[in-house]
Amino acid sequence: MSQPFRLNKEGLINRNKKISFTFNGKKLFGYEGDTIASALIANGIHLVGRSFKYHRPRGFFGAGVEEPNAKLQVEFNGHSEPNVNATEMELVEGLSATSQNCWPSVNFDVGAINNFLKMFFPAGFYYKTFMWPKSFWYKIYEPFIRKAAGLGVASIEKDKERYEHKFEYCDLLVTGSGPSGLASAYAAAKNGAKVILAEDKPRFGGTLLTDDVSIDNLSGKDWAEKIISELKSMPNVTVKNRSQVFGYYDHNMLVMFERVSDHLEKKSKFTPRQRLWYIRAKETILSTGSIERPIVFGNNDTPGIFLSAAAKEYMKVYGVLVGKKPLIFTNNDSAYETALEFKKNNVEPIILDTREEHSSELIDEAKSKGIDIRFSHGVIVANGYKKVKSAKIGKLNKDKNSFEKIETVDCDCICVSGFWTPSVHLASQSGNKLKYEEKIDAFIPDKKKQHETSVGAANGSFTLEESLKHGFENGSNLSAKITETKKEISIPNVNEKKYGAHDKFWCMPLPKNENPKRFVDFQNDVSVSDIEIALREGYRSIEHVKRYTTLGMATDQGRTSNLNGLQLVSNIENKIVPEVGHTTFRPPFTPITIGTIVGREVGMEYMPTRKTPMHEWHEKNNAVFVDAGAWKRPRYYKQGSETLFEASKREAKNVRENVGICDVTTLGKIDIKGPDVAEFLNRVYTNAWMKLPVGKARYGLMLREDGIVMDDGTTTRISENHYHMTTTTAQAANVLSHLEYYLQIVWPELNVNVVSTTEQWAGAAIAGPKSREMLSKLYPDLDVSNEALPFMGYKESEFFGVPSRIFRISFSGELAYEINVKSDHGMFMWEKMMEVGKEFGNQPYGTEALSTLRIEMGHVAGPELDGRTIPSDVSLNGLVSKKKDFIGKNSLGREAFNVESRQKIVGLIPIDRKSSIPEGSHIVQDQNAKLPNPKLGHVSSSCWSVENNNPFSLAIMKDGKNMIGKKFFAVSPLKNKSIEVEVISSHYVDPEGKRVRS
Amino acid sequence: MLYIKCPYCGLRAQKEFSYGGDATVKRPNINEEVSSEDWDNFVYMRKSPRGKHIELWQHIAGCRQWIKVQRDTATHEIFQTAKVTEEIR
Repeated sequence: MSQPFRLNKEGLINRNKKISFTFNGKKLFGYEGDTIASALIANGIHLVGRSFKYHRPRGFFGAGVEEPNAKLQVEFNGHSEPNVNATEMELVEGLSATSQNCWPSVNFDVGAINNFLKMFFPAGFYYKTFMWPKSFWYKIYEPFIRKAAGLGVASIEKDKERYEHKFEYCDLLVTGSGPSGLASAYAAAKNGAKVILAEDKPRFGGTLLTDDVSIDNLSGKDWAEKIISELKSMPNVTVKNRSQVFGYYDHNMLVMFERVSDHLEKKSKFTPRQRLWYIRAKETILSTGSIERPIVFGNNDTPGIFLSAAAKEYMKVYGVLVGKKPLIFTNNDSAYETALEFKKNNVEPIILDTREEHSSELIDEAKSKGIDIRFSHGVIVANGYKKVKSAKIGKLNKDKNSFEKIETVDCDCICVSGFWTPSVHLASQSGNKLKYEEKIDAFIPDKKKQHETSVGAANGSFTLEESLKHGFENGSNLSAKITETKKEISIPNVNEKKYGAHDKFWCMPLPKNENPKRFVDFQNDVSVSDIEIALREGYRSIEHVKRYTTLGMATDQGRTSNLNGLQLVSNIENKIVPEVGHTTFRPPFTPITIGTIVGREVGMEYMPTRKTPMHEWHEKNNAVFVDAGAWKRPRYYKQGSETLFEASKREAKNVRENVGICDVTTLGKIDIKGPDVAEFLNRVYTNAWMKLPVGKARYGLMLREDGIVMDDGTTTRISENHYHMTTTTAQAANVLSHLEYYLQIVWPELNVNVVSTTEQWAGAAIAGPKSREMLSKLYPDLDVSNEALPFMGYKESEFFGVPSRIFRISFSGELAYEINVKSDHGMFMWEKMMEVGKEFGNQPYGTEALSTLRIEMGHVAGPELDGRTIPSDVSLNGLVSKKKDFIGKNSLGREAFNVESRQKIVGLIPIDRKSSIPEGSHIVQDQNAKLPNPKLGHVSSSCWSVENNNPFSLAIMKDGKNMIGKKFFAVSPLKNKSIEVEVISSHYVDPEGKRVRS
Repeated sequence: MLYIKCPYCGLRAQKEFSYGGDATVKRPNINEEVSSEDWDNFVYMRKSPRGKHIELWQHIAGCRQWIKVQRDTATHEIFQTAKVTEEIR
């Protein structure tokens, strides 16, 4: 197996290590250090994909992040990834790459018919064509377009890889290891600053790897190696390759994407695939370099057409020729270096220079080497369908808009250079308004908005001498401000070739009667004529032109197309580019994986899991858990083949008939201390709190300032200045913040302290008619009679030697108690209760039974206190004091809260006494009414009443208090159910509340 | 992600804080008569300025103190932070 386009010696690849891979099923090989792109080109393969809209054959265009075409579906390490940039992905053993957006194959693609129908696919085609009829969109047009267009296919397999997040701080972050980046990092490191140097590519050095320069008598590459190894040896420096800083966010936070192990054949189980770094930098050096832009000409998207610097990089870094009969098409001197490199490797290029005959150091050198240079020339149109075969070239007249002579020359590749565009993405993201620099026909950073400094090519300085000087100076000055140390650094001697001025020429004219596609944006198939149409149709703002034509969108974000697009708009509009402005640069600079963004926060690690001290017991006893915020709560304890419905019915019935225990550890608990607690509670709760005696609990209702119920719960006075508040599980954190807000900001004069003790106490409720008997066995020395421990009473006593708190409070509506012990004793308490409770028929019950018990009692909870209800809506207006002021009181007088037909809680039972009413059902008068059917209310909670053995629901209904006895329909379109119901009181069981006091 | 200087703990990432709205709103005194207009203004009416804004943040994952932050709502620049008992001007 030979590689026809691999050079014998050139390149930085490891020729001792062959790597085999497949492309579209074909077995190929490359070398360690190759990208997929360089390995394919070495094998003579250029046709790798089909374009987005016209399905035109596409090949490689660049050699790195700028690549608009070569996006492949790549399978490696057991996963499949779409839209992988072939010019960036390093070759690994066994990798398999396939072309996207083509069917049945990249060689014969049915979709290419679009190319021949291209007159029917102008800008805005989809907007115009598929508008009508409206109903066709979802079923016919959209699926068809989705199938025809698009990039790769996302895997539906679970991603088994590990991704990580890392937080880091530094004095100076340097983004890019070209000459200016290296110089900055070096100077700052010498000053003792904490430096992070990030390089996107696997190799450090940027253009030093490919430019024919010397620094202090070392080649660019050797100098870069020397600096990097010195930086690596310094403890205050972190040097990272394969790491791209892709986003500049507020307050100098930058985010970096590190490809940790995609290039490794073997890795340990714990090595992440990729890592996201959040870096808070005091100062940032943006040394992101520049990207070559093309000149626009006919069929300029044909495979075999490259950016000239990419062609040079393939030779110098990978030892690969992009062609053996190259045309170099340029408006500046930099492409001459590519030509000289071809020449050095015994390939004869022809240079077409749009400038008139003149001389410069590089031109003279090319001439002296005998290279065929044709001034005032350019490529008009490339010939060849799947690969360039020849080109029609023209000699331009002085006006550069017509031709003196046109001829056709054979070639197998065209290397194009339309000068350089600084990569200003990060600067722009930082808030820097860019300015247009006439001299280079591109935008560069203007006044800084954050602590960012652009240096080198990213700042529009294209000479090595200037880049190094700026790098050293800025690195030194910025770090000296932080470390207060300034070491002298001598700026090295530089040997580089002097470039002449470039030609402000960016689009080749067309001869009369010729109309080939001239692409501005390859990835989105946006041609010159598309932009002309958009402007003709009245689009003026560059942002609108972008959205109408899709210029500069998609994964390459217009890296090679934006400026040419702007030039085109400004020419047609007769404006200058700065007036047209530029579109917004948004992170990420290049696509990053979703896995990296998510990091370790997947599955169990998505959020913390809160377990009660009794969790293990629940697990051992077949509890089925339910998530309550971060808590795991037993939903029911499964016996045999019981269903949820059967188990919860059994558990609830047992509470009503005997006794049950429930883990209530998750309830929010707030410890409150201070001489002003009573006054504070009096302001926080709607009911009166000034006279609560020590050793008593009280139920309280909390409102927001707008009068809506926020939370409910009990608060117990433990001692003179010490209270214990409980909140619902869901609102625990909000209530604490709420209390802190009032104590710190509104009433700082109140001497009160609050602290969360939710995790400090384990809680168990004992509920049911036999709970007192059970309690007396648990506390044999304590008087637990109704007189000694009445409803809302409180006692402290030892629970088999362990300190405990006993509250006589009830959520189930039964005679009930809640016992709290320190968390460490939770399991002991629970096991003891199970042991002692046996003789009373005690069974544990879960949240499902708990809900059943509270619903049939008409006790409200989260579904009723849904942020839309005021106290009277949920029949709790008895708790609202008329005498004192409290949070939210003034809002209760609002007109809408006091209208006669105000919503109110009611109970619902199905007429057939059998059909369960789905929660969320709407209550309507007529189930067959024309839509929209007027909604009279909604079902908030549903259960199977164990007391009455039929379904029962709570609902919030308009004019609820006057609806008792009436019949309606509860309809649930989601469950496709409509159930006839009768409205009854919300207190279905024990409306007088006798049991809790018994 | 903003970088907020808690007056008690120092510079901390935004992740540790929760937002609490306009810090210049003053709750009408408890136990005092208030017109419904004043009350409605307090409960509902908030300015949404472009530019400098004094707002409340709570350092929930830190010292749990509510603090004042003067921030530019357009650029996110933070000019000053202070304890709630201190004035920002």
